[in-house]
Amino acid sequence: MIRIEELTKQYDATTVVERISFTVERDSITAIVGTSGSGKSTLLRMINRLVEPTSGRVLIEGSDTRSEPAHLLRRRIGYVIQGYGLFPHRTVAENIGTVPTLLGWDAARIRARVEELLQVFELDPGTYAQAFPHQLSGGQQQRVGVARALAAEPAVLLMDEPFGALDPIIRAKAQEDLLDIQRRFGTTVVLVTHDIDEAFRLGDRVAVMSHGRLLQYDRPAVLLTHPADPLVSRMIGMTDRAMKLLSLTTAGEAALPGAGGGGAGPTVAASASLREVLSELLWQGASTAVVLDADGTPRGQLSVATILARGRP
Amino acid sequence: MTAPPRRRIDPLGALLTAASAAALLLLPFVVFKANRILPGDPHGLLEVLPAAGGAACLATLALVAVVALTARGARLRLAAALLGLLAIALAVAAAADALTPAGNTVVRVAPGGAFWVLLLCLGLLATDAITRMRPGPLLRVLLLALFFAITLAALAHGTFDHLSVMREYAVNATRFAREARQHLWLALGSLAAAVVVALPIGIFCHRVPRVRSAILGLLNVIETIPAIALFGILMAPLGALALAVPWTGRLGVSGIGAAPAAVALFLYALLPIAANTVVGLKRVSRGAVEAARGMGMTSWQVLTGIELALALPVILTGIRVVLVQNIGMVTVAALIGGGGLGTFVFQGIGQTAIDLVLLGAIPIVALAFSAAVLRDALIEVMDRARA
Repeated sequence: MIRIEELTKQYDATTVVERISFTVERDSITAIVGTSGSGKSTLLRMINRLVEPTSGRVLIEGSDTRSEPAHLLRRRIGYVIQGYGLFPHRTVAENIGTVPTLLGWDAARIRARVEELLQVFELDPGTYAQAFPHQLSGGQQQRVGVARALAAEPAVLLMDEPFGALDPIIRAKAQEDLLDIQRRFGTTVVLVTHDIDEAFRLGDRVAVMSHGRLLQYDRPAVLLTHPADPLVSRMIGMTDRAMKLLSLTTAGEAALPGAGGGGAGPTVAASASLREVLSELLWQGASTAVVLDADGTPRGQLSVATILARGRP
Repeated sequence: MTAPPRRRIDPLGALLTAASAAALLLLPFVVFKANRILPGDPHGLLEVLPAAGGAACLATLALVAVVALTARGARLRLAAALLGLLAIALAVAAAADALTPAGNTVVRVAPGGAFWVLLLCLGLLATDAITRMRPGPLLRVLLLALFFAITLAALAHGTFDHLSVMREYAVNATRFAREARQHLWLALGSLAAAVVVALPIGIFCHRVPRVRSAILGLLNVIETIPAIALFGILMAPLGALALAVPWTGRLGVSGIGAAPAAVALFLYALLPIAANTVVGLKRVSRGAVEAARGMGMTSWQVLTGIELALALPVILTGIRVVLVQNIGMVTVAALIGGGGLGTFVFQGIGQTAIDLVLLGAIPIVALAFSAAVLRDALIEVMDRARA
């Protein structure tokens, strides 16, 4: 759990971050979203003290981050930046082993951990461990960047626009991977992005920032249904808010018991969002879809009326 | 009907052959002087050598010319160039032996214009061939070592003992060793001191952009002061320092001599190293530095492990420039009593004894050349290790 209390950063006369307080639950993803210059990166960098706060404090699992030297604190916190910042003169294995080496792990343990992470990120150790960063594609570099941040099994992972440099298809895959990784390792993730769709897609909770202030911090559905500030509405984009709301619920969550009218309608996966199911029903001209679990057994059915009811506050 | 394939004439070979032939026809191969400062008496190649020897030397050179004009293989061209160098070296040694009366140590037989032109042309031919072979760094160093080994063996054997330069060496042997040591000591010592001081200056300029242009500008001004003028400027403060603080005087600090020379070389060396450090650090990706800090490296670990490690090739290029520059510039130190091989150069100029000038100049050129080859090889090895 990360508690941010009255955090403020001033440079001379300008206040970049102004008295921000919120709490990040353990084992969740929090997305900080805002326009450029909103102070979101500064806020993130105050968590691992790359920027020292002017006032206020950050507590990680109850202990003040200022209670130990900054470099020791940072070794316990994963950090991924836009462009990844891989070390060009070190191999992929050396890059990933950076923090374990700093922590003084023995060589065999580092090697085993590097190999495990390469496999998790679908990079063949035989091919890539001894490669240099410039020999990798953009997507591979991004994966090495995340693997490096996770090497010493940090409880907290900070990410500053980690997908900003990727093209849309690889970006979607990288976002999927992050959700998988977060579930697998149970890491608490704080992620900065300027892309509201990315924030809604990844964030269990979303913090909306503007001009150094926190406008709203809540679950995505609440931001849509009860925006606290006109600026939040503007930033989210209210013209398709119903569709955005539908995209936050999966078919599995919304399905009602029933056989689905004898298989007349299309079948959809339980993991599909209501927005996708509605689109499929419109396309096929059907009124009811059968929801299937991952193993293919029917879980229930979804009618257009059920879906539409979910698209209202 | 197709014409038979014509062998193309190598343009460099043609130029070198023409220059060598003209030199052999027009310039003396050796110059005979009754003593070291009298004007010389020119002699052609065939005049001074025994008939068989002269013919053999010319035939060898003709063969080399044919290879230089027509052959394409780099190894063959290198072999020919080395053969030619061997031929003129033996010829000039034989000429000196033939012209020197037995037991006479007063006469001087110096290599003439034709010898120097041939040396230059064959040297260019060899360099060109080596460049075409694209040898690895290790091979280049080996070639250099081999060349020095053969030359030193010939000198030790006494092959060239009757040649004017070696006559001067025989007279100055102990001083030569001392001045050569002094030369290296001044060049390398001032370089080492400059590295120790310029690296932190470069790092400081990189970290604090506000002072960068001021500091680099100051170093730039020092760089533009001519060496002699800088020696002059340093005389007063160093002399005053030695008088005011006696222990510095006992350490060797004085207005003239090695101290101002070392200080001047040190000052000249600062700019290239500091400026290259700044450029090298500036090229380091900001993302890598940010990530290194964000993962918990200490400032020292970021500086040494990331910033300097990535800037190293550029910094080494600066050091290389200074090394070669210093070896040349130490020569001037002799003017203010700083010692070094320049002593022979200026003494020789003073006495109009050109052989004495060569005794200083040839080793200086050889040193600078070797330093450049060694440094390049080292940089290349390091670049390969990282790529």
